[in-house]
Amino acid sequence: MIHWNSFSDFLAMGGYGFYVWGSFGVTVLIMTVEPIMVARNRKTTIARLKRQMRAETRAENRNTAE
Amino acid sequence: MKDRFNLYRFASPATFYPLAGAMIPYFAAISVVFGLAGLYLGMLVAPTDFQQGEGYRIIFIHVPASWMSMFIYLVMAFWAAIGLAFNTRLSGMMAQALAPTGALMAFLSLWTGALWGKPMWGAWWVWDARLTSELILLFLYIGYMALTAAIDDARRADKAGGLLLLVGVVNIPIIYFSVKWWNTLHQGSSVNLNKSSMAETMLWGMLLMAMCFWMYSIAVAFMRVRTIMLERERHTDWVKAELADKTAGDEK
Repeated sequence: MIHWNSFSDFLAMGGYGFYVWGSFGVTVLIMTVEPIMVARNRKTTIARLKRQMRAETRAENRNTAE
Repeated sequence: MKDRFNLYRFASPATFYPLAGAMIPYFAAISVVFGLAGLYLGMLVAPTDFQQGEGYRIIFIHVPASWMSMFIYLVMAFWAAIGLAFNTRLSGMMAQALAPTGALMAFLSLWTGALWGKPMWGAWWVWDARLTSELILLFLYIGYMALTAAIDDARRADKAGGLLLLVGVVNIPIIYFSVKWWNTLHQGSSVNLNKSSMAETMLWGMLLMAMCFWMYSIAVAFMRVRTIMLERERHTDWVKAELADKTAGDEK
């Protein structure tokens, strides 16, 4: 079932190791980093929007108090 | 009539926001499952290609990434058309959310293509019709993102960007048919409905990887569109309620 005889065979990829792992490595890197960046951006955006909202409510309260 | 009402309901950000949020984990999980199955078949089970040796295994990401780079562009162009025609709020946000993922897919297509081309053709890059049109696709994505980022008013940015997307959509059939229309160095398509030139395990591996990339793109685009929605709709009641709700900020 498994095509490879040994793990080193698998890594060597019949001499194409550099090209195959270079392709898969960068793909895995991108597909890991992109969701992390998106999640982080979401966190900072939500924090900023909350700050803005609090500031706006405070300003409104001040206006009504005067 | 009832169906129609429902359809419009989901086009409203307030309805789509929680729906997308609930679906993200499923798309992500399905993507991982398909990815693992595809990698198992493609990297461990599939036989050696008689012409390209083991180097052909690059196509397990090259082909899905290329498909997605074209498909995402078509989806963006679709949303652009809807946005320009009906002036819907959601469409511009969808196009915005998809663009970075599409650009990354186009980049991956070119990157893996270069790593395949070097051992097979002896060159990282050639100015072949397929490669050049794919490079133009990457530039279209980058151009769209730069253009929309340069315009402060979100609705205007959507309109300008939408126009760019619609003009650029002509590039998609050029990419797709380039291997037929011109005598390219790039090989023709490996997947054919009638007779595939690939072994069955290779074909299944590739289709599973394509599904993995597809589900991944949806999950990431949904994550991104939810943030864009909060930002753009920050003065609406539903976003204020969402932000006031403490859990909203803590979930992923």
